[in-house]
Formats: sequence, structure tokens, C-alpha cells
Amino acid sequence: MPLKKEKKPLLCFDDKGIYCEPAGVYLDPWKPVDKAIITHGHADHSRWGHKQYITHHTNVPIIKHRLGEIEVSGKEYGETFTINNVKFSLFPAGHIIGSSQVRVEHKGEVWVFSGDYKTEDDGISVPFEPVKCHAFITECTFGLPAFKWLPQVQVMNDINSWWQQNQSEGKNSILFGYSLGKAQRLLKFLDTSIGSIFTHGAIENMTEVVRPFADLPETTRITRETKKEEIKGGVVLAPPSAHGSTWIRKMVPFETGMASGWMAFRGARRRRAVDGGFVLSDHSDWQGLLSSIKATGCERVICTHGYSEIFSRFLNENGYDARTAETQYEGELAEMNPKSEDKDEDN
Amino acid sequence: MEEFAALIRELDSTNKTTVKVAALTRYFQRVPNKDKVWAIAILSHRRPPRPVNTTLLRTFAAELANIPLWLFEESYHIVGDLAETIALVIPPAEESSEKSLTQYLEEIIDLKAATEADKKEYLHENWAALNYYERFVFTKLITGSFRIGVSQKLMTRALSKATDIDEDVLAYKLMGDWDPQKITFQKLILEENEEDFLSKPYPFYLAYAIEGEPGDLGDPADWSAEHKWDGIRSQVVIRNREIFVWSRGEELVTDKYPEFSAFLEVIPDGTVIDGEILPFPDGDIGTFNDLQTRIGRKTVSKALLNKTPVILKAYDVLEWEGKDIRTLPFLERRKILEKLHATIATEDLPFHLSETITFSNWKEATAERERAREVKSEGLMLKRWDSPYLVGRKKGDWWKWKVEPLTVDAVLTYAMRGHGRRSNLFTDYTFALWQDDELVTFAKAYSGLTDAEFRQVDAWIKKNTLERFGPVRFVKQELVFEIAFEGIAESSRHKSGVATRFPRILRWRKDKKIEEANTIEELKQLIPK
Repeated sequence: MPLKKEKKPLLCFDDKGIYCEPAGVYLDPWKPVDKAIITHGHADHSRWGHKQYITHHTNVPIIKHRLGEIEVSGKEYGETFTINNVKFSLFPAGHIIGSSQVRVEHKGEVWVFSGDYKTEDDGISVPFEPVKCHAFITECTFGLPAFKWLPQVQVMNDINSWWQQNQSEGKNSILFGYSLGKAQRLLKFLDTSIGSIFTHGAIENMTEVVRPFADLPETTRITRETKKEEIKGGVVLAPPSAHGSTWIRKMVPFETGMASGWMAFRGARRRRAVDGGFVLSDHSDWQGLLSSIKATGCERVICTHGYSEIFSRFLNENGYDARTAETQYEGELAEMNPKSEDKDEDN
Repeated sequence: MEEFAALIRELDSTNKTTVKVAALTRYFQRVPNKDKVWAIAILSHRRPPRPVNTTLLRTFAAELANIPLWLFEESYHIVGDLAETIALVIPPAEESSEKSLTQYLEEIIDLKAATEADKKEYLHENWAALNYYERFVFTKLITGSFRIGVSQKLMTRALSKATDIDEDVLAYKLMGDWDPQKITFQKLILEENEEDFLSKPYPFYLAYAIEGEPGDLGDPADWSAEHKWDGIRSQVVIRNREIFVWSRGEELVTDKYPEFSAFLEVIPDGTVIDGEILPFPDGDIGTFNDLQTRIGRKTVSKALLNKTPVILKAYDVLEWEGKDIRTLPFLERRKILEKLHATIATEDLPFHLSETITFSNWKEATAERERAREVKSEGLMLKRWDSPYLVGRKKGDWWKWKVEPLTVDAVLTYAMRGHGRRSNLFTDYTFALWQDDELVTFAKAYSGLTDAEFRQVDAWIKKNTLERFGPVRFVKQELVFEIAFEGIAESSRHKSGVATRFPRILRWRKDKKIEEANTIEELKQLIPK
């Protein structure tokens, strides 16, 4: 779709977030604003302090769990809502449960903000759906040709065999993944015929919030009272911040594993000092990004967090009008350098 | 190849030494002898010469992956390892290859003489037929430097478990110059063969840094002290009217130091000396910087020989009259060495004794250590008089006791991504000091911060990049670090006019502003007169 040469872009980046001026609305702002449309529940996209939140209805309990009592309205995918003559609608992003892309239409021009997204159907969140637009604001966390995901079923097979192998050697398995999204995705496909699944408190709390929207197997929260013998041969889901903490001592003897896109790099695996690295991401790989952009039919691409410089240069060489924009989104970096997300739920 | 790649994958997926040794042992028990020899060769850094240069490798890989070369390069800077980048960007293979490790290595050796077109065809064909790990390992065999967290010591331990041959005996058999293409497993490992031992050095005995105070070592009368020389640790082997000079990296460096051929005339057969190669310009010990001019050269010009001659500073004798005397107490070995030195020493012979220092209490030893920079040493070596010469790094009998490093406060100016476990993190830094109103580069450092600190600095760099030059980032001048280094010398090759030895980060001075960093002038005042 060709884009009209306009004076001011429909969505622009300021010091608070992605701003739609005609509507007076921010998308995933990082500083407090009056009205915010939120793509998903991760801490770098849904921040504290906005007066009014709009998001997919599945995400409502998630951000309420994280942010407490806020004023929030839930929308369906594809439902159009108008603010100051600007039409907004949410479309599935396939990133985690309740994640959306935001479509913005004004005077015949369509922009889409991807939030975070992945193209593979993970069997737990509503699959990504490309939306036709003139301009596409895309994440590019894994925007390098070095990232090529294997099908989830293959990765889950590896994880389940790893668990089984550890069990046969008399060891417990500790599997690290961030508490919203990755943990439930792992949980859904762990093979319960092998043994029992245990959870760190942060993951159990979040899983309780998500259960109504997903068919998840039974889990047992690890508490002070949990006996060592109970855990024997089981798998323990824990946030990455638990790695190296005193909390995991109860699990001795154990093997550690981590599920993340970064595990594609040997250096990252060694740095995290985990025994098993499983390449499983909730973001798109190189091909996923390229095919999604193509499917939008857009002319202009704005690349946000990730390898944005490299990715936009490649897009420019391939006929797109691409540029980068600074944001405060962290993508999957958050799970490599655990900060706020898990800590506020640890206690 | 499938088995070797599986081994590397197994080694990669654990941090536990016992698990690594078990995996290696199983491998040695399972594979054909020829593959064992090659695996030993690769894990002891005896790779075949590189058949294809890395520029071509990059070009070929980018072509096969169907991406522009610049994109391949960018990916390489981020991944931090060439073989890994190649393995990642090329689409996955459908099936795995049936060729053995030996077959691949023989092909790689033959590939060196092939035309560029044939090289490309060979690589494209094999990359496309290997799965991710096999492709990574295959490419590693081509690029060399096979660092996978397995030391030669670990490998030797596993081999010992698989063959029931003593670890120290294996370490000795694996020393020196053997050719994996020609030697059999039988000959290398299983057989006793006197002839093969002609050139072989002994495994080096390495010291740990002293913990706590030397006073904790007990009675000073039990200890010998000598200066810790800053050159190339080496063994000089004289047997059957031939001389072999070995560096600690088990590299045969005889040709690089032709001065030592004079030893043949005066030192009897059946002698192995342990010592330090030191530069000796103008009749005095030089700096490590002087030695640098000799290290890289395969052949040495007359002019260089005159300008920077070397000597052997001898401190131990391991073989005497054809007998392995490593089990004799150090005191006895020292007597033999001193007697030999007294008999043969002349002004011209580049054979010097590393003098032992007389001291009656630790205070005196401490005082001698303070003189280290004056005599161009790094500190003292403390050796127990009754100690045997052991194999590898062992605690207890030998200690290195270095002088405190020199330090300056410097400003971080440029950063690059690291390699290996630091890939994709900015951990390689350039530091600058003040000269007039300018910050002038004086050293690069890669180590000294904790993982957590590296992560913090990495995040700061990503937010404070002012300019990019390929992989290098010029950053806002704001962070100050205390940089430590072992030695310092004038140098015309460095912009600052100064070369530092082994610079590293001592601590992040969050309390300091860049105005408080040191000056080049202050740095120069540290150069010993």
C-alpha cells in the first residue's frame, strides 16, 4: 500500500512513548500518561501510573495482578473503538496470552504497532495475524539472520527428554523462564507422564491469573513447608532471577535448564551457567520478522527494540522505507538481565 | 563426525568437570583409534594449518546463507565466534553426514592446496550436509582455536580413565611435536618407544599465586626464593647432540632462538633445563616489550639478533646424565644446576643462573620483593627446598609472589563486544588518560570486572554510544576505572608513548569524575629509570 506524503506521522515517538496526537493516546508509554493502549502484560510495555488503560480483555487480569487497582477497559480482537475520530482496534500478536498489535486508522491512513510478537502458533496464545497497513512499527529483538527457531514441538521434546534423563539419574530439573508467558508455555507442553511439576511462587501467582484462559496441567507451589522428597524427580519452573539464589538449594541434586531465544548463542548459555540451554522464544526470528512485514503490505517500517540498526539497514536495501526509533522496551533482554519483572513478584 | 559433534555438544551443555570427563572418557572408549588420535590432537591445540582464510570463509558463508556480506559481518560481531556464526546463518541440513572425524581432517588438510573455486564448492557442499552442531565443529576445525572449556588436563584425565595409563605418563607422551596424521594411537599412547622421546620436554610444573602472607608458609629455612622473571618459560632439551627449545605452550621454538645452539658445545647430552628466555639488549635484562620483537619471528635477522639478543635464565634441571631427576629434592637439582653453570659460564654464553636469594626471615624476603621492578622481575618465586618437580599446576610446594601492580585511573573511551562467554556483551574496553585537554588512549583491557558489573557497563554503553565504527563504539566520556598493570616501558609504537604489561581493570571508580583521571605524564613517571 503506498503511503501518502503527510506533514506529521500518525504515530510518533516522544519522551513518554508512542504518541497518537489526533487521538491524544499513547501506546505502551514508559512514563505516566492520561490514556494508554497496552499491547501486553510484560513490565516494559505495561507500566505503572497511567490514568486510564485500554487493552485486550484477557490482559486485564494480568496487568491488574501486576499493577494493582487501575482503571482499565478490555477489548475484543477486531473490535473497533474510536477516540477523537481515530479508529483503534487490537489484533492478536501471538507473543503471550492476551498480547495484541494495535491498529490505528485516521483519514484513510493505517498504522500498526506490533508490540512484541511471534509467528509460530504456540498453542496457548491466540496466533499472530498480519494486519494490512501503510506503516508498521515492529520490534526486532531477534532481528539477525543468526536466529532461526526450531518448531516448538521439537524444542519441547528436547526439554521433556532432558527432564526424563535427569530423573533417571536421580536429579531434579530446574527450568528457568520468565514468569508471564514463557512459564505457562512450558507448563502447557511439559509431559506430565514423566513426573510432577513444581513452581516458584512468582510463577505460580501468575499462572493462577492465566489459568481461566488456558488449559494448563496441575502444579505445586514450592513453599517453606515443601519437603525435599516430594520434589524428587520433578521439574521446577522458576524465573531466571532464581538462578544462583539460595532458594534453589532445596532442589539439590539438580540440573538447570533455560528456555530463551538467547540460548541460540553458546556464549549466552555459558554466561548464564545453565546445564541445558533450550532455544525457545516468544519473539519472531529473522524469517518470522521478514515474512510478517511482507504480509502487512506496508511501505514504511519503524524498527524499535532489538537489533534495530542492522535490521532497518537490511529492510532499506530491500525496498522498504525503514528507520529506527528509540524506545525503552527491552524485549527478551529483560530475561537475560533480570530486573523488575520477577523481583516484584518474588516475595 | 557425528560422535565428535555429539561430544562437543555434551561438553557444551555442562559446567561440571566430572560430567565433562565422563563424556570424554566414553568418547575415547567408543570411537576408532584414528579418531581418538585426532580428538587428542585437536583438544591439545594441534590443529591442521588453516586451509581457507577467514575472509574467504565469510564470503562463502554469506553466499550460501544468501545474505549480504555486511550482514554476515554484523552477525559475527554479535555472535562473537566465526564458526558459530556460520553454523547459525546457514539453513539447517536435512540429514547428517556419515564421514568420520579423521576423514574430515584429512580432507581439510588436502583442502589447503585446492583452488579457491574448489574450496568454495567443498565448503558449500559440506556446510549444507551437516546439522547445526556438526557444522559448527567442522568449521571450528577449519578456523582453529578450539576453545570449548576443556583443558588439556581434563582431556588427559579422561584418556587416563579410558586407557588405565597414569595421567602424568600420558601428559609426558602427549608433549612435543607429534603429527596426528602419521602417528597411530598404538604408538602415541599405548607403546613405550624410546626414540620418540628424543625431543620431548617434561610437562611444566606451574605455581599458584600465594594466598595470604608468606609467613604462613612456615620456617623460611625450608624455602628457596628467587626472582620471578618476565619472559618466556621454556625447557631446553639436549639429547643425542641435538638441541630443542620448548615454550610453555608446548611449541617448539628452537629456530627462533639461534643463540642457544652454543649450548650444544658445552652442555652434555641427556640434559633438560627449565628456565626463562629473557631479552638482553645492551648487556642487561630488557622489558617484555623488547622480547615481543623476537616472539613473532620465525627467522631472525642478524640486525635483530644484535639489537635484542636473548639469554636463558636457568632455574631448574629436570634431566641429568640421561636420567629423569624430577623426583630429587629441589635442593639437589639446584646443586647440579649451579655446578653445571659454574663449569660452563662465560661472558658470551647466553646461559645465566637465576640466583637464589639468601634470607633469614620473611621480612628480608619482602624487602627483596620490593626491588622486583628494579631488577626487571615480577616479584619472587618461593620453592620448597625439598620439593620434587611436579606435573602441571599444583598447590603447596611452589608459589609465585608477585609485587603489587601499578595502577592509574583512566577514562573509558571505546568499547567492543567480547568473545566466548562474553559474546554479545560489550566487555572489551579502551582506556585513555589526559594529555593537555585531550584524552589519549593508553591501554585496552578485557578483564577484572564481575559478570554483574560487565552487564551494568554493557547496558550503559548501549545507552551512551556516540558513534559507531563497525564493531567499535565510541562512548560518552563519563566512566572512570582503576587500571592495574604489571610493568611499564617506553614505546614508540603506542600513541601514548608508553606500553603497559598485562593491563586489566582493578575496579570501577564510580566515585570519580573524568577530570580526576590520571595524566599521561603521571603514567610516564612510573617507568623505572
